Amino acid sequence: MKKAQLVAGLVLVGLVVLAAVVSLFWTPFDPIRVVPGERLAPPSLTHFLGTDGFGIDIFSRLLVGARTTLAVGIISVSLAAVFGVPLGMLAGQAGGWVDDVVMRTADVVYALPALLLAMLLASVFGASTTTAMIAIGVASIPAFARVARAGTLQVMAADFILAARVSGTSRWGVASRHVAPNIAPVIGVQASVGFAMAILAEAALSYLGLGTPRPNPTWGNMLRDAQNYLFVAPLQAVWPGLAIAVAVLGFNLLGDGLRDYLDPRLREVP
Amino acid sequence: MQLGLRIAKRLGVFSVSLLGASLLIFAITQALPGDVAQVLLGTDATPEAVAQLRAQLGLDRPWLVQYLDWIGGILTGDFGVSHLSGDAVVSLLLPRLAVTMWLVGFAMFGSLLLAVPAGMIAALKRRSWQGILVSASAQVGMAIPVFWGGILAVVIFAVWLRWLPANGYVPLTQNPASWAAHLVLPVLTLSAVQAAVLIRYVRSAFVEVLNEDYYRTARSIGWTPMRALFRHGLRNVAISLVTVLGLQVSSVLVGAIVIESVFSLPGLGSLLMTAVAQRDLLVVQGTVMFLVLAVLAISALVDFSYLLIDPRQRTGREA
Repeated sequence: MKKAQLVAGLVLVGLVVLAAVVSLFWTPFDPIRVVPGERLAPPSLTHFLGTDGFGIDIFSRLLVGARTTLAVGIISVSLAAVFGVPLGMLAGQAGGWVDDVVMRTADVVYALPALLLAMLLASVFGASTTTAMIAIGVASIPAFARVARAGTLQVMAADFILAARVSGTSRWGVASRHVAPNIAPVIGVQASVGFAMAILAEAALSYLGLGTPRPNPTWGNMLRDAQNYLFVAPLQAVWPGLAIAVAVLGFNLLGDGLRDYLDPRLREVP
Repeated sequence: MQLGLRIAKRLGVFSVSLLGASLLIFAITQALPGDVAQVLLGTDATPEAVAQLRAQLGLDRPWLVQYLDWIGGILTGDFGVSHLSGDAVVSLLLPRLAVTMWLVGFAMFGSLLLAVPAGMIAALKRRSWQGILVSASAQVGMAIPVFWGGILAVVIFAVWLRWLPANGYVPLTQNPASWAAHLVLPVLTLSAVQAAVLIRYVRSAFVEVLNEDYYRTARSIGWTPMRALFRHGLRNVAISLVTVLGLQVSSVLVGAIVIESVFSLPGLGSLLMTAVAQRDLLVVQGTVMFLVLAVLAISALVDFSYLLIDPRQRTGREA
């Protein structure tokens, strides 16, 4: 059952990655050029999923959209991990007031969701893929810090840490040699779940016009376009949403599966 | 005494968080290339005109003075004035607040109404197909973006079935029936998506109860699983549920802001979207601050509510 989750997650994530990679070399039609004569064509053998309100092939746009989804996910999750994990480890290892300051700051950032952060950034700098990445990345830092801190506290309670300290290993040595490798699995799980969150957030931002602007296709801004034709071509609003759901489900399943695979203690009796 | 101390400590945390959040929001708006005066007048304005407007708006003062001015205003209920229209942010906020509050309130309630029974089934029947079905549906539900859920709801209930309006809003005082009709789809969408997240927490909370001695005792004296869970389980589950709900407040709020766009509801979300599109910085800044204030206040209230639900917290030491 649990292994099935991992496999299903890998397959779904694999599909999204495949779409992105394929789009680098080939798409059935130009994903950007407007073709006035072919507006709102229904699905056919030429246009698998039909065309949108600009006469552009939806399938081609869907493939290219996978790139933005993955790019935003990778960059925002990396940003969150690069800042969140060391801060969480610091809080967990130092304890005391350092712990308080780091975790209180994390709470403050947590109170400012990615959407609000993106709105602030968009009104200051103008909306772009970059502002979306930064907003999502910064908003995800607290989650990584919390997971890293919890993991660190757990490791620090182990006897081998005491042994290392007694034998003269520095704090830095303990962090890099003992804490980091031991919390790597939980960080991996958080990265996968965080990736799913990032995809949802990016989709919402570009749906609202706070992320990647037209004509560059993203699954979110495709839905924004599709909404104008709900009464004429409702099917158009199905595909990009389905793509988002597949990607999010994939990363969530991967995260859950990974959690159980890496830590047998967490395996629940079915 | 200890109770008073706990409340005071929590209020302290609330104030410090508020201070931190306001500093963060202020810092981001300070990063504006040029400044508001430059943006308002455009790139071909004379330096004198820009300087004059800057002085008029108080932008030539040190940032600390500007910050204290802003935060001082917020503490007295003044969230700033739009540079573009000259309207006070509060006068823009208040008429739209009701819409967002209805959405958030009903969605929280609706998600509990869906998630508690579903989570209970998932826990009780966790070894049979019903339980697995509930868990699998929750997993799929969590992957559905709230705005896509809204769009699908419009396609099904407004375009195909024509049961409900696709978008728009009518105030409660004007026509209650129409008000309700316009809120059904947004609230349903938001509740369903939120419930999908909640189900997993409800399930594991109930699974814990199933392993408790008091549950086994209740079962052994002949109570049905349902009766045992309702009489003893619910109160225990409530504690972990309140924690999750407290953490969910901000995500429900974000969901409401997005769903307002899908259904063209005139709430805080649409105010924000318009302000962002016009780059009306002070309106965005003030509204975001207002929302963060609301989220922080609610999570403080949630912490206090433990004292009501859990008698253990009222007497002894910290848990």
